[in-house]
Amino acid sequence: MSSFWSGWIIVLTLTCLGLVTYLLYSTVKSQRKELTDETTGHAFDGIEEYDNPMPQWWTWMFVLTLLFAVVYFFLYPGLGSWKGYLGWTSAGELEAAQAKHDRKYGEQFRSLAAKSVDELLENPKALAMGERVFTNNCAICHASDARGSFGFPNLRDGDWLYGGEFDTIKATLLHGRQGQMPAWGPVLGEKGVAQVSAFVRNMSGIDTGASAADLEAGKGLYQTTCSVCHAADGSGNKALGAPNLTDNTWLYGSSKAQVEYTVRNGRNGVMPPWEAILGEEKVHLVSAYIYSISRGKGTPADAAAEK
Amino acid sequence: MMTEAMHPTYNYKVVRQFAVMTVVWGIVGMAVGLLIAAQLVFPALNLDLPWTSFGRLRPLHTNAVIFAFGGSALFATSYYVVQRTCQARLISDKLAAFTFWGWQLVILLAAITLPLGMTSSKEYAELEWPIDILITIVWVAYIFVFFGTLIKRKTKHIYVANWFFGAFIIAIAMLHIVNNMALPVTAFKSYSAYAGAMDASIQWWYGHNAVGFMLTAGFLGMMYYFVPKQAERPVYSYRLSIVHFWALIAIYIWAGPHHLHYTALPDWAQSIGMVMSLILLAPSWGGMINGMMTLSGAWHKLRTDPTLRFLVVSLSFYGMSTFEGPMMAIKTVNALSHYTDWTIGHVHSGALGWVAMVTIGSMYHLIPRLWGQTQMYSVTLINAHFWLATIGTVLYIAALWVNGITQGLMWRAVNSDGTLMYSFVESVVASGPGYIVRAIGGAFFLTGMFLMAYNVWRTISQAKAAENKGHSATLEASA
Repeated sequence: MSSFWSGWIIVLTLTCLGLVTYLLYSTVKSQRKELTDETTGHAFDGIEEYDNPMPQWWTWMFVLTLLFAVVYFFLYPGLGSWKGYLGWTSAGELEAAQAKHDRKYGEQFRSLAAKSVDELLENPKALAMGERVFTNNCAICHASDARGSFGFPNLRDGDWLYGGEFDTIKATLLHGRQGQMPAWGPVLGEKGVAQVSAFVRNMSGIDTGASAADLEAGKGLYQTTCSVCHAADGSGNKALGAPNLTDNTWLYGSSKAQVEYTVRNGRNGVMPPWEAILGEEKVHLVSAYIYSISRGKGTPADAAAEK
Repeated sequence: MMTEAMHPTYNYKVVRQFAVMTVVWGIVGMAVGLLIAAQLVFPALNLDLPWTSFGRLRPLHTNAVIFAFGGSALFATSYYVVQRTCQARLISDKLAAFTFWGWQLVILLAAITLPLGMTSSKEYAELEWPIDILITIVWVAYIFVFFGTLIKRKTKHIYVANWFFGAFIIAIAMLHIVNNMALPVTAFKSYSAYAGAMDASIQWWYGHNAVGFMLTAGFLGMMYYFVPKQAERPVYSYRLSIVHFWALIAIYIWAGPHHLHYTALPDWAQSIGMVMSLILLAPSWGGMINGMMTLSGAWHKLRTDPTLRFLVVSLSFYGMSTFEGPMMAIKTVNALSHYTDWTIGHVHSGALGWVAMVTIGSMYHLIPRLWGQTQMYSVTLINAHFWLATIGTVLYIAALWVNGITQGLMWRAVNSDGTLMYSFVESVVASGPGYIVRAIGGAFFLTGMFLMAYNVWRTISQAKAAENKGHSATLEASA
């Protein structure tokens, strides 16, 4: 803040409070001391006004709030670029709160961070902690039961875009993923989009009702445009995050309209990177939790329910 | 016509028009409020239509109750009070009529454009730029009519009610123009002239002072005329009214940043917003004290006069919400209350308890007098209305206190490992019973408004019948 604006804020604030204080002071000085039946002498549409003094308790309450202002503006930022005697900032308060939180709870996560995934899978308490971090941060997209929703993968079905090994899952969580399917509409044309879509749906065993000629044409277009990422046999490519098209698992829906939309306009799936937000220790536990449920182990809550 | 016959001196026609529309828009605005309150319990009530969805009807509700109901009430009472306390007719009947029809047009346009989804996205200032310009024109006419009348007054001094009305009219002009500065891109779409934290800061400078000047100063103007009139007692303390008036308008204008605690707004601005909000307690309570103490020596009238009861209870809610407000402006309290239903409850303890109740009380005093009657058609109905309104308000704010504190506590609750204990949707589920009680409270309040509409209708038709009778009697006598 420039010194001009700092001065501007200080002068305006103090002038306002000063004038209010002066008004209060001068009225207290000049008013009667006792209650009265006398009016000010004027009447408006029959309404008169008593010349009573301001209630004393009210005056004191007013003075106390003004004194509070003086103390507060001395201790805390408020008057322009004056930082306040205490040096308080909201950013500092946030950092202190986070540090306190970490001191109180961080050790639980740090003590588990060095454990291998096999050890964690045998530790229901660790998996429960991973589940709670998941519920707080991941459930908004992947749903609280981790079964995902439109555009957000189901994490329980054992089907993986980038691979379901523990280290791969952890890498996905730490660094995020960008799943980009390009828009093929301009390249293939509407007819081509329809033919490729029919072929792709057919691969998953869906009865598309398309003619053999269209499926054949779709296959030809698939081999020239899609197979680079999704592989010639449609089994996908985990290095790219290109989905397996033969397994009847659909991230963006399997209907004719949805598949054609995907081929025509492309899709852009984004998994954000969590390392900076959660820290490596928490990501480690969440990864273990996801790994456990993807292997059909069920949640700790499920296990508890079975007992 | 009757207007001229009854009042050669004053323009009562525009006051009558605004008074009737106050009741009409009160019912409309509160009915929309009840609908969206019910939508929070039964989401199916949004009818799966974009025009009736919560996001579009909510601004319609707020605009209708603040500017249509509250605005019409302020126009009616300020025009009435300025004439009677200045002993001067409005400076221009034509301009006064223009403010009436212009304001009704603004309301009509709001009722069309908001459900269509046309919005500038600024809270309580959602209307798009062509309507903003119309508001400005109407408001300038209002300034001319009000202050023109004040200038040609026959009394030496200016009565305190007119100070408050005057401050409200000037401040709203300033707030409206500055906050709505925008670059139009089409006839129905514009973008704010401000960006980022500055946009937020100006928006809440506007937003909080719409409360401070429209809903507080304006209605204090109403209070300062109708309370002493209905109680037939002098105002308690002239000096108190001077000090609390100047302190109120000097301090209120700073309080907006308390809406932006713990945001990107700089720390110094948040501090000033909080400190000024705390100082505001005494100036706000000055009005309550002056109103309440005016009744000393007339407390017995409360037993028989439900109109006076409306006015006194409105002052109680005013005192309560102007205590609650500064408390909620304290950062540590705000950290719990912000973004919860507590805020909505606080607003409604002011909006239902203070603004609506003081308006209703004032209208029960004003309407019979505008039509040459001594009192409303039915005092029993006023009494029933009083209880419906009071119980409705209490149910409403108590339900949202419970909800707000529940939400605030659930959002910050942590497990033994420091993770959050509840997901957001769990706090929504926990709020369900509170939403039901809130909707019931709203239904009570709205029911009272229907009683008022019936009572007003009977009062006016009774007056017209009496006038026709008198008219024909005159004709017979002259025949």
